[in-house]
Amino acid sequence: MTTTSLTSSRGAGRAGDKVFSGATLAAGCLILAVLFGVALFLVIQAIPALTAPAADIQGGKGFFAYIWPIVVGTLIAAVIALVIATPIAIGVALFISHYAPRRLASGLGYVVDLLAAIPSVIYGAWGAAFLAKEIAPAYDWLAANMGWLPIFHGPASATGKTILTAGIVLSVMVLPIITSLSREIFLQTPKLHEEAALALGATRWEMIKMAVLPFARPGIISAVMLGLGRALGETMAVALVLSSGALTASLIQSGNQTIAAEIALNFPEASGLKVSTLIAAGLVLFVITLAVNMVARWIISRHKEFSGAN
Amino acid sequence: MTSTLTPARKRSALTKGQLPKFAPYVVLAVALVLGAAILALIGFNAFGWGIVSAILFAAGLVGWSAAVEGSRKAKDKLATCLVVGSFLVALLPLISVIWTVLVNGIPGIITPGFLGTSMNGVTGVYDNRAAEGSGPVLGGIYHALLGTVQITLLATVISVPVGLLTAIYLVEYGNDRPLARAITFFVDVMTGIPSIVAGLFAAAFFFAVVGPGTKTGAVAAVALSVLMIPVVVRSSEEMLKIVPNELREAAYALGVRKWRTILKVVIPTAISGIASGVTLAIARVIGETAPILVTAGFATSINNNVFGGWMASLPTFIYTQILNPTSPSNPDPSSQRAWGAALVLIILVMLLNLGARLIARIFAPKTGR
Repeated sequence: MTTTSLTSSRGAGRAGDKVFSGATLAAGCLILAVLFGVALFLVIQAIPALTAPAADIQGGKGFFAYIWPIVVGTLIAAVIALVIATPIAIGVALFISHYAPRRLASGLGYVVDLLAAIPSVIYGAWGAAFLAKEIAPAYDWLAANMGWLPIFHGPASATGKTILTAGIVLSVMVLPIITSLSREIFLQTPKLHEEAALALGATRWEMIKMAVLPFARPGIISAVMLGLGRALGETMAVALVLSSGALTASLIQSGNQTIAAEIALNFPEASGLKVSTLIAAGLVLFVITLAVNMVARWIISRHKEFSGAN
Repeated sequence: MTSTLTPARKRSALTKGQLPKFAPYVVLAVALVLGAAILALIGFNAFGWGIVSAILFAAGLVGWSAAVEGSRKAKDKLATCLVVGSFLVALLPLISVIWTVLVNGIPGIITPGFLGTSMNGVTGVYDNRAAEGSGPVLGGIYHALLGTVQITLLATVISVPVGLLTAIYLVEYGNDRPLARAITFFVDVMTGIPSIVAGLFAAAFFFAVVGPGTKTGAVAAVALSVLMIPVVVRSSEEMLKIVPNELREAAYALGVRKWRTILKVVIPTAISGIASGVTLAIARVIGETAPILVTAGFATSINNNVFGGWMASLPTFIYTQILNPTSPSNPDPSSQRAWGAALVLIILVMLLNLGARLIARIFAPKTGR
């Protein structure tokens, strides 16, 4: 910026400009510092657990033997949630963007957003008190008829408080995230592509298959990854729904545990080395979700540049 | 059916091979009747009836369409059925959750003293008595409500200035500099921080700075701020971006300084959107459980000091009442209190969401035309 006589005359207000722009810059830097601080303080508090002798860690076999089963449990729960939520979310997004009557569309979008507004602890309470009880007979059926599959190996949990139930509750929680992002992308599909497809005689489904889905594919992938980030870090649904235990392959028996739920269940009463162990577990979760989110954001930003060039 | 279709075929070549307009209704009626019949054989329930009828409807409509209209139209019908079906499936948990909370929560909320008393001194003895029917369900959520309000207010006081100033930097001063781009990227990344990690960060920070085992409402407020700041930044940024550039240029042309332009022109224009964004951010963090659990602990008595002592909040109250009932042998009074608190929490969140919409409408800038 060049200083002209117009902007440099009169000192009044000039200090205000400096102070104000300085304040906004400081706020921006504070955010970067906080994110850096999250990593730094987690590492500082986690170091005792990482360097402690293996016998002192819970389980007596060192930190990695402790963290491994709950990392796998976290991934199992998140994968169940995504397998259930992704097709439904894409269907709902298509319904709102291309199938529902125009006048209803924004209202229906608001209804789906309500799903995101309900606090996670209420989903957890619902899953534990209602869903687990209702779904237990279905698990009995699965164990009896599909028991030859390792994931449905019986005997099924009588209470229904299993990793599959937790995954279903998680899928309800990630559904609105994937839906709202995919809906945004679907609405951005170039109108001319859609109209060209329809003019060539395509049915509505063929138009979606040829014009909408190819355009939206990167957006859907990143929406799913953001949903994955949420599913990995979600605490309450799992802590309240799952009756946790050792790592098991069967999804319909009680057992398995996720990082977030392990922390929530044990942190309030923990002390000493146990605190460090749990913070180290949190650090692992932070690194996993950070990686997932960064990849998702990178895909989105690459896509943005691409579509801007069109 | 063929007798009704034959004349239509003769009438026009353009409508050849089309299902009649009333086809979906006919199939729906048949599917409902058949579904009821099948369910009557294996034991009737409304949920199963809905599922079986939906499958029969889709199969019937697609099959009929394939026979009359050909495979392309049939595929289109199938896709429509799946898309509409997925929307209906998505509504099920929403209805179920709200219904469960209402049915279980109303007995809790109408208990005398539920909103006005704390859990101080309420022990398992009283709960056992209540379960036997020889006494009322004592205790309430006053302490939790108070804690939630204090923690959320403090979190708002921290997050709004930081978030708003950052948004102003990004829109007015950033000019797509590397720093601005880095902030945008990391704000997006911060949106994805698991809430429990935010809680652990605040705990670890205060453990290192103040001393091990520091658990107060203020620590929880810091944890919530970490979750709230990115939401405030994103929504305010969007709102500042849509302020027309002409307004800024008109102010500059009159010789107004940049900071006064921002404070007097840009922010007042965008204030409705910013305020509704902040309200939505509050609605998001007010229901967070995990970060409060690891930073403020849970208390049974009223704590008016955010900076000292453990503090209860509505979500952690629900969590502890369900997981560790006051009387382990009779969990019913505890779960009644938990559902009552859940109903209060859901009402709070819905009011905040509604409030955000109202704010956006009421304070929308007056166009003058």
